[in-house]
Amino acid sequence: MEDTNLFKLKVVTPQRVFYESDVDMVEFRTTEGDIGVLKGHIPLTAVISPGLMRIHETDEVKEAALLAGIVRIMPDEVTVLAEVCEWPDEIDITRANEAKIRAERRLKSTDGEVNITRAERALRRALVRINLADRK
Amino acid sequence: MASMRDIKRRKSSVSSTQQITKAMKLVSTVKLQKAKGVAQDTKPYFDCMYETITEVIAKAGTIDHRFLRQGQSTKKAFIVITGNRGLAGGYNSNAIKMVTESGIEKEDIVIFALGRKGRDTLARRGYTIKNDYSDVINEPLFSDAVRIGEDVLEGYCNGEYGEIFLVYTVFKNTVSQEAVCIRLLPVDKPDEDENEKENTIESLTLMNFEPDPEEALDMIVPKYINSLIYGGIIESIASENGARMQAMDNATNNAQTMINDLSLKYNRARQAAITQELTEIVAGASAIS
Repeated sequence: MEDTNLFKLKVVTPQRVFYESDVDMVEFRTTEGDIGVLKGHIPLTAVISPGLMRIHETDEVKEAALLAGIVRIMPDEVTVLAEVCEWPDEIDITRANEAKIRAERRLKSTDGEVNITRAERALRRALVRINLADRK
Repeated sequence: MASMRDIKRRKSSVSSTQQITKAMKLVSTVKLQKAKGVAQDTKPYFDCMYETITEVIAKAGTIDHRFLRQGQSTKKAFIVITGNRGLAGGYNSNAIKMVTESGIEKEDIVIFALGRKGRDTLARRGYTIKNDYSDVINEPLFSDAVRIGEDVLEGYCNGEYGEIFLVYTVFKNTVSQEAVCIRLLPVDKPDEDENEKENTIESLTLMNFEPDPEEALDMIVPKYINSLIYGGIIESIASENGARMQAMDNATNNAQTMINDLSLKYNRARQAAITQELTEIVAGASAIS
């Protein structure tokens, strides 16, 4: 192999193997912040927080919405156990917009029964989806 | 000997039953193919999830975490996955047996039922049914598993249940399925994995966690449980259709044997009737002459 900077990236969701290929770099957001992973990263297990995943292939950058899951990084292999992961063309923009409005309303209401963390999470998910779909 | 008419009626009844079982077998064969496909697609996720969780727990072995130690309560939550329909051989009753023969007092068991058959049977036997998610079986989504996972976890964290079990049916292959009962919480420490353990531990010393292992456990264990529940549902559905296919295949074969047997009896009865008629005619004729 001439290019030794490639490593294996595998993104699996409960429904299917979402992505599997050799890549240059992958960026995503964890609970501790955005990280970019190159080959030879130290072994790390991190928890995903809703954000954009950018997959840098040799001559192309692919983007996807990565919304929940765990990532397991080994020096020559990265496995993303995604609960929810979508390509831009799979995002249902109307639904995302609705979810955003719903979450905003829930956050504004002073009702004590509202689960704030859940609404916040829903809002963040909706925003990631809308951002990515709009950019297309 | 039964009359010809009786035998004929019986035969037609058996053969219409056979038609039904045949149709059911075909339907469940198709469903099985589909369910098997889904199970295959989800497999990589669970394998990776299992690997990750074993690593995390092996690493966190010394941590006294609420997901790793026994809860205070004597109550035990059982998530029982059965079918919504019967006629699947021993599928439903085997899963139910895992609960009734678990050796745990009836009063200490709280059931989270997936599947009407299991729910009804257990309710009839006097178990407490806490929640029912039977609709999930028809179209299982990952979000359903998440919902169930959240419900049981909440009870566990409140100290309502001391342990959480999952009863489902492992799909070994088309002809063999096995009901199992596994403990979800507290998570078993992977001491039992004898040989592989040493290797994992060695490679583990290098593994880092972000956030630190304890917080990571907090977030990863619920995900692990959700994925186990989802995997359990998917496998159980494949098993249900496999079991039904087999049961219906047997029923069709049995019906065929019965039909053959009845045909033979019918022909004998018919022959006997003809012989008797002939004897009567001959006897009548000889009486006249």
